[in-house]
Amino acid sequence: MAVSHYLPVRVALFVTCLTDTLLPETGIATVRLLERLGHQVTFPREQTCCGQMHLNTGYQGEARELARRFVRVFGDEEVIVAPSASCVGTVREYYPRLAEGDPALARQVDEVAPRVVELSELLAVRLGVEDVGASFPHRVTYHPTCHSLRSLHLGDTPYRLLRAVRGLDLVELPEERECCGFGGTFAVKNADTSEAMLADKVRTILDTRAEVCSAVDNSCLLHIGGALSRLRAGVRTVHLAEILASA
Amino acid sequence: MKGFPAAARDALRDTQLRRNLGVATSTIRDRRARAVAEVPDWEELRDAGAALKRRVLRNLDGYLLEFEAAVERAGGHVHWARDAAEAGRVVTEIVRGTGAREVVKVKSLTTDEIELNDALGRAGIDVVETDLAELIVQLAGEEPSHILVPAIHKNRVEIRDLFRSNFRLPELSDDPQELAAAARAHLRAKFLSARVAISGANFAIAETGTVSVVESEGNGRFCTTLPETLITVVGIEKLIPAPEDLEVFLQLLPRSSTGERMNPYTTLWTGITPGDGPQDFHVVLLDNGRTNVLADQVGRETLSCIRCSACLNVCPVYTRTGGHAYGSVYPGPIGAILTPQLRGVAEAPTLPYASSLCGACYEVCPVKIDIPRILVHLRARVVEEGAGATSERAAMRALAWTFGGERRYRRAQQLGRAGSRPFTRGGLIHRMPGLGAWTETRDLPPVPKQTFREWWDERRA
Amino acid sequence: MSAARDEILGRVRRALSDVPPSDDVDVPRDYRVAQGGSLDRFVDRLRDYGAGVRLVDAAGVAQAVAEACAARGVERIAVPRGFPDDWRPPGIEVVVDDGLSPAELEAIGAAATAAALGIAETGTIVLDTGEGQGRRVLSLVPDVHVCVLHAAEVVDGVPAAIRRLADGFRTTRRPVTFISGPSATADIEFQRVEGVHGPRQFDVVVVND
Repeated sequence: MAVSHYLPVRVALFVTCLTDTLLPETGIATVRLLERLGHQVTFPREQTCCGQMHLNTGYQGEARELARRFVRVFGDEEVIVAPSASCVGTVREYYPRLAEGDPALARQVDEVAPRVVELSELLAVRLGVEDVGASFPHRVTYHPTCHSLRSLHLGDTPYRLLRAVRGLDLVELPEERECCGFGGTFAVKNADTSEAMLADKVRTILDTRAEVCSAVDNSCLLHIGGALSRLRAGVRTVHLAEILASA
Repeated sequence: MKGFPAAARDALRDTQLRRNLGVATSTIRDRRARAVAEVPDWEELRDAGAALKRRVLRNLDGYLLEFEAAVERAGGHVHWARDAAEAGRVVTEIVRGTGAREVVKVKSLTTDEIELNDALGRAGIDVVETDLAELIVQLAGEEPSHILVPAIHKNRVEIRDLFRSNFRLPELSDDPQELAAAARAHLRAKFLSARVAISGANFAIAETGTVSVVESEGNGRFCTTLPETLITVVGIEKLIPAPEDLEVFLQLLPRSSTGERMNPYTTLWTGITPGDGPQDFHVVLLDNGRTNVLADQVGRETLSCIRCSACLNVCPVYTRTGGHAYGSVYPGPIGAILTPQLRGVAEAPTLPYASSLCGACYEVCPVKIDIPRILVHLRARVVEEGAGATSERAAMRALAWTFGGERRYRRAQQLGRAGSRPFTRGGLIHRMPGLGAWTETRDLPPVPKQTFREWWDERRA
Repeated sequence: MSAARDEILGRVRRALSDVPPSDDVDVPRDYRVAQGGSLDRFVDRLRDYGAGVRLVDAAGVAQAVAEACAARGVERIAVPRGFPDDWRPPGIEVVVDDGLSPAELEAIGAAATAAALGIAETGTIVLDTGEGQGRRVLSLVPDVHVCVLHAAEVVDGVPAAIRRLADGFRTTRRPVTFISGPSATADIEFQRVEGVHGPRQFDVVVVND
């Protein structure tokens, strides 16, 4: 669905439960950024969670109910944006599977899921904007999350947006495609392996001498940022939305 | 079977294993990437390979019958084994019939799966493993830890010591060239005197009854050529439809497994050939749970696996924990989906969770098995079959209920804020019981003064 | 055994009860059939993995085989019945394989055979026990293998090779061996060691005729 960037668009924000509850600055930045670009942002108040955690832990019945809720809450919206590749991936890739065997739900999913986009997709792909007027004079390295790489296939979209940010010194992250080890409940059920993976991700981030590590998923950033903070490494994590919203 | 998390914790502490594994897997990973990048029609080959395997699986009974008839027409014998024990009995009977007390064996994961060596051992028949790594692992009395390099967990000094005592070579050095030469000499004597060999098969062609062994060392050629009797154990999923289909699989397998354009030796034989090779040929078709996998419509494509191990070498979990942590001859991503389906999810309930769902495996699978999707599916089966923790079930239900209504969700956020406040120092939570391992190694932001929706509400007002 | 057979087939059929009877999966064959490999590539690949390669015309085969023998220190060589007389290396004792035992082949230490095909892209020699190639054991046990094939027998890639071999699996059903380099292992600390089993010295004579 092509959307012209000359016309203001009405965008419904799917803020995600994690960002809403722990890292609201990402949601706030998303709103400010889109408004700065001249678009109208709405926030369907009934939204809660996409159900990714339940789905990935094996609770498909519960996930299906959350999917049902999601398509009801966002059913009337033309464009739904989330600052999260993993949540968008859950909706676009897994909701159709969850809806198998339920024709009414499947119909709703078929209508709503394609309208759900991740933030950098919305900006660079749908709206055709790379320079969002941002200024962020820091050395930044970018971690492409597994969902952004292999579920949404964002490719170089986030990089193009970052390269257009004034003053931003973008340094490539070595072995960037390696998973950070969060994996939702994986970090809880397999904490040791998760930490081993995190150790390597932190090492490569520190090797870049960047001040900031960014990504499009707060789940990964919470995990990576939590370790960097514990290490007193002097590196912080900042969601892409917040960098792009800086002016 | 020790659960994966506990087994992984032990394995992660073994610095030598982690180093060896890291070096081996990153080397093979790079080689595979180069070998694949060279091929402009790689995706088309994957599509064909995936479709061919799905075709066989969806008509497996027909293809099995075709294969059986073709093997018998070519002078071979076909046996069927419902499970490991039956396969062991069948093979033992065949060997006993020849009077041989020793057999040579080509590496075969299928024979490891059914613990064939133990079955033969109980019948007083010695099995000589002829793959170098399998030989090492056998001499050490251990289990293999990787599909392709099973002895990756052993260093040269350990191998030297094994060879010194077992081959009676007290002066042997630890130089890999010398070690390989010692193995060559030891095994040559075995090859030249063996009357019975056991192998697996990489591919079995339904239309012609042809069986193939794809290898690097040459022991496969020796085992399938010199002895009088050859017994080949074939999982029922190993079939491919027609000889033409080799043009797809003989490109997909070498590049995916060892990152070579072609592996050193591939042998293909059909029944018996008078005057050349074994005159007494037996195929044992093995189920051992494969029909359970076949019955699961989502999990079925697991049986497409051609045992290349590409998924192992890109898996961030496997490359750090190694194979033993999976408690099965099939480790890594493929093991995490195959083992629970073969044995039943209740027998391996932690394996579907031994993954962060990063998806790197699916990217490299030459037959496009959607491993992440099957992992999620198997997690649902674990929960449905009641093999998950009951406390978790209650918590997940409560959380789903909380997410089911906006007011309850908001309330939960407020409770979370109140609950995290006492643990917050300098704007961060450094330690909070109830959060499990998280705060042992990571800080966490507390629920802030304003959640996003509280900010939104205030803005609107 | 037939109880096992019936039970397994029954399980398979029940497992596939969701598959319609006339089901067939469409197999897309959009991969390359022609891969564009040439004789030059074939020679490069062989040399890359340490095989000796000599290109000659029809009259030069025997001498080339003799040179390969000399380079490998070979004084006796086993050949299959049907190995062309005018390929026999002068000055080398030629033993025809009329049922040599593996021990005898080991002692002779060298074998010369024809081949069925070569594959340029992968540097593969294919043997199918056809004319002049002999039994499998002949090209397996001796430590030196000299292989003679015609340039016209070299195809560009794996699909071309398989297409030439496919009917043979149906009709003559001869065993087929693909050889693409010396045997190798990386099982000891992941260091590559070449020459485990199988001939450690491999020479190819390509005849342009």
